[in-house]
Amino acid sequence: MSTKTHVTCIINGDETDFLTEDGESLLNALRDEVGLTGAKEGCGTGDCGACSIIMNGDLTASCLVFAPEAQCSTIVTVEGLADGDHLHPLQQCFLEGAALQCGVCTPGFLVASKVLLDRNPNPDDTEIRYALAGNLCRCTGYDKIVRAVKEAAVQLRENGKVQA
Amino acid sequence: MTFNPGGLPVKYFSPSTIEEAVELLSSGPNRRVFAGATDVVPQMRSGRPAPDGLIDLKGIERLISVTDTGSMWVIGAAAPTVRLTSNPAFVASFPGLAEASGLIGSDQVQSRSSLGGNLCNSSPAADSVPALFANRARAVIASGAGTRTIAVQDVPTGPGRTSLAPGEFIIEFEIDRPTTNSGDAYFRLTPRTEMDIAVVGAGARVDLDGAGTISSATLALGAVAPTVVRVPDAEAALLGAALTNGAPSDDVLAAVAAAASAACNPIDDKRGTIKYRRHVAGVLARRSILAAIARASAA
Repeated sequence: MSTKTHVTCIINGDETDFLTEDGESLLNALRDEVGLTGAKEGCGTGDCGACSIIMNGDLTASCLVFAPEAQCSTIVTVEGLADGDHLHPLQQCFLEGAALQCGVCTPGFLVASKVLLDRNPNPDDTEIRYALAGNLCRCTGYDKIVRAVKEAAVQLRENGKVQA
Repeated sequence: MTFNPGGLPVKYFSPSTIEEAVELLSSGPNRRVFAGATDVVPQMRSGRPAPDGLIDLKGIERLISVTDTGSMWVIGAAAPTVRLTSNPAFVASFPGLAEASGLIGSDQVQSRSSLGGNLCNSSPAADSVPALFANRARAVIASGAGTRTIAVQDVPTGPGRTSLAPGEFIIEFEIDRPTTNSGDAYFRLTPRTEMDIAVVGAGARVDLDGAGTISSATLALGAVAPTVVRVPDAEAALLGAALTNGAPSDDVLAAVAAAASAACNPIDDKRGTIKYRRHVAGVLARRSILAAIARASAA
């Protein structure tokens, strides 16, 4: 008999709880127990960034986190970016700029880009590329992604929505 | 899929005190402490025998604290490296160690990776370790017998191996605040600019006396031997060296580079040949010493 651990945390602003095996990854718990399948498993070893989430304010590879570690934490996943039916400017710019093809890496890029723009509302190309170095894309290439992030940064600055 | 398919169930523990962690570590046959698990998870996934108990050290406040006591910095062994790189006072004190710490993986990993994990994983290429050696950092180790403090350079004994006994774990690092003008630096060579493993790494620390001569120098190299290594012959060549236009003489720098190349006992692999690593070790030794001197002169 396996005993599961009960985890309570805040995910995308909502208090959430789930049961998990101790050795389970937070990524799998989010996907299979909470039903948030935005974060993806690319490598499972912290190299590709497809599983990126924001955990207690820090960009984090959720495949490296044991699910019980989420106890009392605050988590933002890609599902938390949109405001109701309104896509986040990053999401809109990725769509309009065709900054995705197969889409597996996209949630991770969006989350990592949000962390970047929250910290630096006006990044140059180099800063964007360094900030996204932990995210791998195997189909579209990076130029469209960098351009989409720059365009989203422009819109966010105009909207005054970026946190100081 | 869990990290431990088909194996014994992994139990997760989150102690809030060192005493609790000591007790948990010794009360099972195959228990392991972890901080960010950035090495533990890939190891478990690669099929290495999984521990049956994982003890998360991040719930212990002292192990995630980064504190300037006035005479030294005390860095919790499990503190995420992003807490070092985003701490302006720490970066100002030890820019080289901060830069080295910031090179461990991506931002997604920086929120998890720790100096304790980077040291105890004992990769010869671990980026923070030459900078810890260079700054003559000490490791405070806890066990059922209490705590003991040893030089960081006495921790790694080979790839994946350390001098820690079963039941021991590092709780924090101590680095003395410099009493003279000092500077540190870390340089590494990687084929890519990010997300890569050092072909060679070099950590340097230089202290200057009131007259502007070198009163102490420490040089450590990564990825060129089974463990990170100090280069005593280079340190001896620098000791007492006078600076002209902010640099020691060409003869002294040549001796530093030669000593660094000679201290290497590297492997041939896809990242670099033995000959290349020896050469690059000399180049990076010289650059890291010059960078440390420049910072010491500006301090």
